[in-house]
Amino acid sequence: MTGDRFRFPKVEFGPEERALREEVRDFIREERASGGFTPMADSWGSGWSPEWSRKMGARGWLGMMWPKQYGGGEKPALHRYIVTEEMVSAGAPCAAHWVADRQSGPLLLRYGAEEQRRSILPRIAAGECYFAIGMSEPDSGSDLASVRTTATKVDGGWTINGRKIWSSGAHRSHYMIALVRTSPRDMKARHAGLTQFLIDLKAPGIEIRGIRNIAGERHFNETVFDDAFVPDDMVIGEAGDGWRQVTSELAIERSGPERFLSTFPVLTELVRELGPEPGERDAETVGALAARTMALRRMSLGISRLLDEGEAPEVAAALVKDLGTCFEGELVREARNLLPATAASQSPDLYGKVLADGVLHVPSSTIRGGTNEVLKGIVARELGLR
Amino acid sequence: MSDRIVLDTAERILADLCPPEAVNDAETGVWPAALWEALEESGLTLAWVREELGGGGAETGDGFGILKAAGAWAVPAPLAETLLAGWLLEQGGLAAPGGPMTVAPVGPADAVALEDGVLSGTARQVPFARQAGHVALLAAGRILLVEREACALAPGTSLAGEARDDIALDGVRPLRSAPAPEGLDRDRLTLVGAAVRAAQMAGALSRLLDQSVQYAQEREQFGRPIGRFQAVQHALAELAGEAAAAEAAADAAGEAVAAGDFGPAGVAAIAAAKARAGEAASKGAAIAHQVHGAMGFTYEHSLHHRTRRLWCWRDEFGNERVWSVRLGRLIAAEGADALWPFVTGSHAA
Repeated sequence: MTGDRFRFPKVEFGPEERALREEVRDFIREERASGGFTPMADSWGSGWSPEWSRKMGARGWLGMMWPKQYGGGEKPALHRYIVTEEMVSAGAPCAAHWVADRQSGPLLLRYGAEEQRRSILPRIAAGECYFAIGMSEPDSGSDLASVRTTATKVDGGWTINGRKIWSSGAHRSHYMIALVRTSPRDMKARHAGLTQFLIDLKAPGIEIRGIRNIAGERHFNETVFDDAFVPDDMVIGEAGDGWRQVTSELAIERSGPERFLSTFPVLTELVRELGPEPGERDAETVGALAARTMALRRMSLGISRLLDEGEAPEVAAALVKDLGTCFEGELVREARNLLPATAASQSPDLYGKVLADGVLHVPSSTIRGGTNEVLKGIVARELGLR
Repeated sequence: MSDRIVLDTAERILADLCPPEAVNDAETGVWPAALWEALEESGLTLAWVREELGGGGAETGDGFGILKAAGAWAVPAPLAETLLAGWLLEQGGLAAPGGPMTVAPVGPADAVALEDGVLSGTARQVPFARQAGHVALLAAGRILLVEREACALAPGTSLAGEARDDIALDGVRPLRSAPAPEGLDRDRLTLVGAAVRAAQMAGALSRLLDQSVQYAQEREQFGRPIGRFQAVQHALAELAGEAAAAEAAADAAGEAVAAGDFGPAGVAAIAAAKARAGEAASKGAAIAHQVHGAMGFTYEHSLHHRTRRLWCWRDEFGNERVWSVRLGRLIAAEGADALWPFVTGSHAA
């Protein structure tokens, strides 16, 4: 079966998992009732709320899988999956901690120096320390290996020069993990000579310039490094090993529930608007969207289990992200076709608001974290076509 | 029988005895005798009947594994139908006869009555009726076993060239009869039938992917294999996604049936599976044909063994629309705040 190529093992929830899910649902329900948040589409990408992040940290819902000595909960990946899918499906504002909790923390845990772990991980787990991704550059998007930002060895550290772009929330983050060239480009070994650095964004020589997105938000940034000094102990892992590290980071980055649930609040509010007895065509659309969601969730959960088992299901993750992010757009298209709304972010009704969020944010779904063209290429390589 | 053994046995038999020629021959009316004999001897055809009733006594989940393999190999015989008939008989505690069987009624509008031990009415488009020795029927709140030869048969053919015959039951006396247990009604039979077809579609899509990838690696144009072109690579990646989604959905439905869950969560899983696998069948078959070019449009090429079956199975036991509407209405009745719990199968009700 397909499982011979792409394995999505079944995941079963035990009493502990069910209890956790109920706990998260209760929390969300109470917060919603008391005005703690208003549901939004793309809440994990755009809903920046340090207050929300600290609340999650206080409940032990950040850094859940990490060792207790670093502020973690030593829980299986499935627990983090439950928390994140509950948050994203509810449209709760998780953007502040998202990158740190999802990939930067795990990266430091795996490749970071002990001092980095001890000083940073507990703050991430508390919901107080935020990270930006430093991968893309003005001339390096999908072709990540072509990055030009350089780090030159100097006494006691490195001098960084160059530009990183599309770093979501860099202007409000404490750190960036940047992929930087530490040896000259070699066309025969494109992936060699790259190194990951942990960069304190408050350091001298770093300028963060905001870039407005089409939703009118200052969401992402261009970060300019002009002879910025980074001490030796801020190298992550081995110098020259950056490509391998960044690839493992991407397997985590691509497989989560946020890759198919970003626009789910639109479906929830659509169901509310349609009422208990929808017409046949309305019911058909809702049912078809729910059916796709259920299939995607099962696949995504399967990947979470593989991660728990210590595998790196990069290809399966690429496949699910391709399918899932396309679905996020389909959901918005189908919804507005059934029930158009004055798509304004200030719309008084919640449906209009989440639909506006959805319409304006959907174009980024199929770009961020690897374009769907790149993802399809990864799948095609696994099929033996490249 | 245990999981792996059942599936390995099925794969081995199908690889040996279900080549493309056997599928073509079956369409001309040749019964795949060697294939059927091997399947029956290994207990695969009655996997869903417990051993005391003459069956193979496999786990229900393994039966769905057999169905995926049957779909992958385009088995031109009522393997799925015999499994389903066995499941129905088992629900009534009836012993299963040997030989191929089928199930009726499969159409929602078919009316079959039972009065003084005598049947009346017509069951339409019964799969493989003309090849079946017996028909397992659900009528008048009873599970019945009927000899197929006792029924008048009007032949019909599916898009895949398989028998879909009308059978007239007027005056027929069942061989065996038992009251249907509580909850086992036409709707439940349709639910299980939908889960069966979803599993077959998942299997067929998986093989469709293999077949299309292989063709793209072998067929050369412009001096290189067409699989080297990015447009073709992306189409096949999409097919891989559809196949994987269909399998995920079908597995969830199989688990609901295996757990005997026909409450809202089970119905949702089955409805979602038939709708999603049907969607994947449409998209996947179209991609496979596009990749195969004119060659795949010929009868000579075996691509149609799977694509024509997919086009047939997506419509049987309810098409995407039927199941999407049902799932949508279930969701609407529960309300917006129950949507997410419903999707996760963790709804309180």
